[in-house]
Amino acid sequence: MSLLAVDDLSVSIGMVPLLDRVSFSLDRGEVLGLVGESGSGKSLTAMTLMGLLPLIGGRITAGRVRFDGIDLTTLPEPAYRDLRGQRIALISQNPMTSLDPILTVGAQIDQASRLHAGLSAAAARARSLDLMHQLRIPEAVAIHGQYPHQLSGGMKQRIVIAMALAGDPDLIIADEPTTALDVTIQAQIIQILCDLVAERGLALLLITHDMGVVAQACHRVSVLYAGRGAETGPVHDIFARPRHPYTKALIGCIPREGQAPGTLVGIPGMVPTAFAYPKGCRYHPRCTAAAPDCRTEVPAGSIQGVGGSIVFCHHPLEVGHV
Amino acid sequence: MAALTALRSAIASPRGAPSAAILALAVTAAIAAPWLAPYPYAAQNLAGAVMEPSAAHLLGTDEFGRDLLSRIIYGARVSLGVAVTSISLSVMIGLVLGAVAGYLGGWVDRVLMAVADVTWSFPEILIALVLIAILGPGLSSAGIAITIGYLAQFARLTRSQIIALKRETYVEAAVSIGSGHMHVLARHLIPNALTPVIVAGMLAVGDAIILEATLGFFGLGAQPPLPSWGALMSSGVAQIYLAPWVILFPGLAIAVTVIAINLFGDALIDALAIRNRLKER
Repeated sequence: MSLLAVDDLSVSIGMVPLLDRVSFSLDRGEVLGLVGESGSGKSLTAMTLMGLLPLIGGRITAGRVRFDGIDLTTLPEPAYRDLRGQRIALISQNPMTSLDPILTVGAQIDQASRLHAGLSAAAARARSLDLMHQLRIPEAVAIHGQYPHQLSGGMKQRIVIAMALAGDPDLIIADEPTTALDVTIQAQIIQILCDLVAERGLALLLITHDMGVVAQACHRVSVLYAGRGAETGPVHDIFARPRHPYTKALIGCIPREGQAPGTLVGIPGMVPTAFAYPKGCRYHPRCTAAAPDCRTEVPAGSIQGVGGSIVFCHHPLEVGHV
Repeated sequence: MAALTALRSAIASPRGAPSAAILALAVTAAIAAPWLAPYPYAAQNLAGAVMEPSAAHLLGTDEFGRDLLSRIIYGARVSLGVAVTSISLSVMIGLVLGAVAGYLGGWVDRVLMAVADVTWSFPEILIALVLIAILGPGLSSAGIAITIGYLAQFARLTRSQIIALKRETYVEAAVSIGSGHMHVLARHLIPNALTPVIVAGMLAVGDAIILEATLGFFGLGAQPPLPSWGALMSSGVAQIYLAPWVILFPGLAIAVTVIAINLFGDALIDALAIRNRLKER
């Protein structure tokens, strides 16, 4: 059984349904990329898994989320609090704002350790320094006593990762961990995360809008579009043979070496807002292969190919159509 | 620390430097009154009553022949002491109430803020008079009245800070490492909300000095022979034509101190760059 299994998860904020029957699963030692444009429901999925929906006025309307045999959809808040940090940790989008500006970064990592292992102040500090060494933070002792504004973005993101690791979690949800960083730092952070998965047998849910990051880091990928699943499967399979037109278009957006100037294409149009989701397949207004049934019928998931990819499309692209 | 740097640059600013010097003087007078005052504050000398300023009595004497300078110095202790103590209490209680209201929201917030709005809709002096009518005149009644009169202001300011801060990612991050409500409030939210509330508190000390002086002037604050600046002024009313210095010097002490507090507070607001945050109430 998978460590994390999300089945037909639907989430609303207020009266507005935002996630519609999203499913994916994740195992120890595995990196799952959750991909989609802004507004596709990636971060909302992260908030849901962390049990933070009440903070933003959201609730689960249908579906199940099972984590290591625990049903998270019905878990009471006190039990959830024990889970957060210790079993599931979140690395949030923007390291610039995820650290409290008036506490030293060391104090914040120490706090995460103390909350969970019940360590003394000295032991927590030793543990923080150890974590900082593991994350290849130079001069850890000096940085431990510094405030967030004194550090670079990449360093802050490492601190945030150290905080996430302090509780020794089984699952890390990284919500666009590199979006706010310089390109040169992005690769380092992704490498650190991948190493952690390999060394510690963590499960990593890597939320990103960058298909390049997915290709580099993930074992499997789940593509979301406008709150619904589009395609899920092994990375090599999906990159070699994308069957959903949206997946193919996303892959087409990755700049390639040696690409002639001016040939990089985006996807025309925008992700619809939750107030105006189109009928049928939500991608059909932007889809180059939309047929009449796409406008009326919601596509069901179908298993395609040997890799076991699941595609939510009435007219999946033929293999070899790349 | 950012706060210390801001304090230093406020002290060095054109408005901050003279006002800081005056405040330092007033605070020194309050703390070191027994050593600085040339005479005991209650020492009467009826033979030397209502004397003009002279070498022996730099600011003259009052109707009982008490040295006015000594009484103003001791008055600083009473007036500043009451104002600072009661505003500190007010800030602390307001901080807790506002933080709880802002963090929990819902009916707790509505009830607390409804009460705060009711007290805020009356002038502080009116609240003070009602409370003193209940508690009886005296220094501690004046202190309690000031504490309650300014409570709503600090509760509302704190609440608005907390509401803005609780959407910060670091709060979400703290929750997602498993921190409980108390921890998030005490360690992340209140410390980050503190700066504007403390500055507002400092400015309110100026208002509180005036309120205490008003109460003292009407004999509702410090009771004789204990000198407060307001009570000193009131004893000068009777001889305003005969001996204007008796009302003038305590009045000057109040005015200069309050102006200094406001100027320094203003310099501090600029040094901390929190003018906008103070407007959110």
